[in-house]
Amino acid sequence: MFRAFMAMFNRDLLLAYRHRSELINPLLFFVIIISLFPLALGPESRVLSTIASGVVWVSALLAALLSLDTVFRSDFHDGALEQIVLSPQPLTLLVFAKVLAHWCVTGVPLILVSPLLASMLHIKEEALGTLMLTLLLGTPVLSLVGSVGVALTVGLRRGGMLLSILVLPLYIPVLIFAAGAVNDAALGLDVSAQLAFLGSMLVLSITLTPLAIAAALRVSLN
Amino acid sequence: MYTWIHKFGSPKHFYRMAGKIIPWTAAFTLILFAYGLYGALITSPPDYQQGESARIMYVHVPAAWMSMFVYMVLAVAGAIGLIWRIKLADVMAQASAPIGASFTVLALVTGSLWGKPMWGTWWAWDARLTSELILLFLYLGYMGLTTAIEDRRTAARAGAILALVGAVNIPIIHYSVDWWNTLHQGATVTKMSKPSIHIDMLIPLLVMAGAFKLYYFTIVLIRARADVLFNERRSSWVREIIAKVKL
Repeated sequence: MFRAFMAMFNRDLLLAYRHRSELINPLLFFVIIISLFPLALGPESRVLSTIASGVVWVSALLAALLSLDTVFRSDFHDGALEQIVLSPQPLTLLVFAKVLAHWCVTGVPLILVSPLLASMLHIKEEALGTLMLTLLLGTPVLSLVGSVGVALTVGLRRGGMLLSILVLPLYIPVLIFAAGAVNDAALGLDVSAQLAFLGSMLVLSITLTPLAIAAALRVSLN
Repeated sequence: MYTWIHKFGSPKHFYRMAGKIIPWTAAFTLILFAYGLYGALITSPPDYQQGESARIMYVHVPAAWMSMFVYMVLAVAGAIGLIWRIKLADVMAQASAPIGASFTVLALVTGSLWGKPMWGTWWAWDARLTSELILLFLYLGYMGLTTAIEDRRTAARAGAILALVGAVNIPIIHYSVDWWNTLHQGATVTKMSKPSIHIDMLIPLLVMAGAFKLYYFTIVLIRARADVLFNERRSSWVREIIAKVKL
């Protein structure tokens, strides 16, 4: 079982590595969205630092949403997804491996680039660690919850717009706690409560969403 | 017990039974609405702080209750449809969704109308209003998904999964919004401290809540009957009904 998990994980990472140019797109999107805000609101550092946590997190939400399409789409089109569903290994485990691989290639780069963007938006240095920690805890939740939506819409021709309507309302708790934590950290307050909430959401989504994703894929592939 | 469930779950039997139940629920809905509205608009005293505009509560609160109740119906019916493959549960869920969405809109609109004289603004990012808005988004997502999938069976099952995921999320969303609101807004919105409600106001409120619930049952049965007829349009008993109507 663990070997099947690792095989799926490695396969997806390898496939992602072979399409390196596509990998960079969500990251570029994230950076460009964030750099639009100073252009729209003016370069004043006081304004930017008050909205920075919200800007970073809303951009992360949108970047995660746009990159989600690649989790199952190409496998659906070339038929690999049906083989995965038919395989004797537990589907929940295999989809978890796929989502984990997807998070490694789309979520982790966001975390790594976030210090750079934080300094562009004048986030206080003491909040930087909290920002990276919230991204570390929050982006896997975005990938997992979003994958449920992708699994439901993968068979539809124009699933993109629908996907955002399905998934974005479910992202709201993550947004609230993560942005709140960064704001509080900038004020020098204790943020362990918010981080604990984010951590529990992560645990909850790791345990429950693979089941929902597997069920949704079975429905979509019929 | 199982045969009873099986019998009631069969579309033909449901169609007949629902046809008999609908006039009764419709009649009771009218009676309760008449009594509840009379109590709400005439006999109940105006609120000592808010005056006459508090009467919008008699529509707003039942609508908000129903909006949550109907989402739970979606999730429970979806689970029944997924686990036991009862077609009727799928029909009920899909017939309920637009009604639940309309209750949500009604709660939002009445909340906003009430907010104008009370808060001095049409919209405040009050925790309850915000959760209600997110609930509306969830309804719209459900309806968007079920209408986008052409095969009705697949649509119902996909919708059921979405409704279940949403039902797990609703408490999380509700409490996170509550928490966000106390963090960011605090005293800017003068949230009225809720006085324990007077009995003269409580009775019309409960009657109105009953009327809303019966209204929902009436409408959902009518809609589900129409859906059953459409889904079973190729079966012999539906053809018999159609033949009768044409004569």
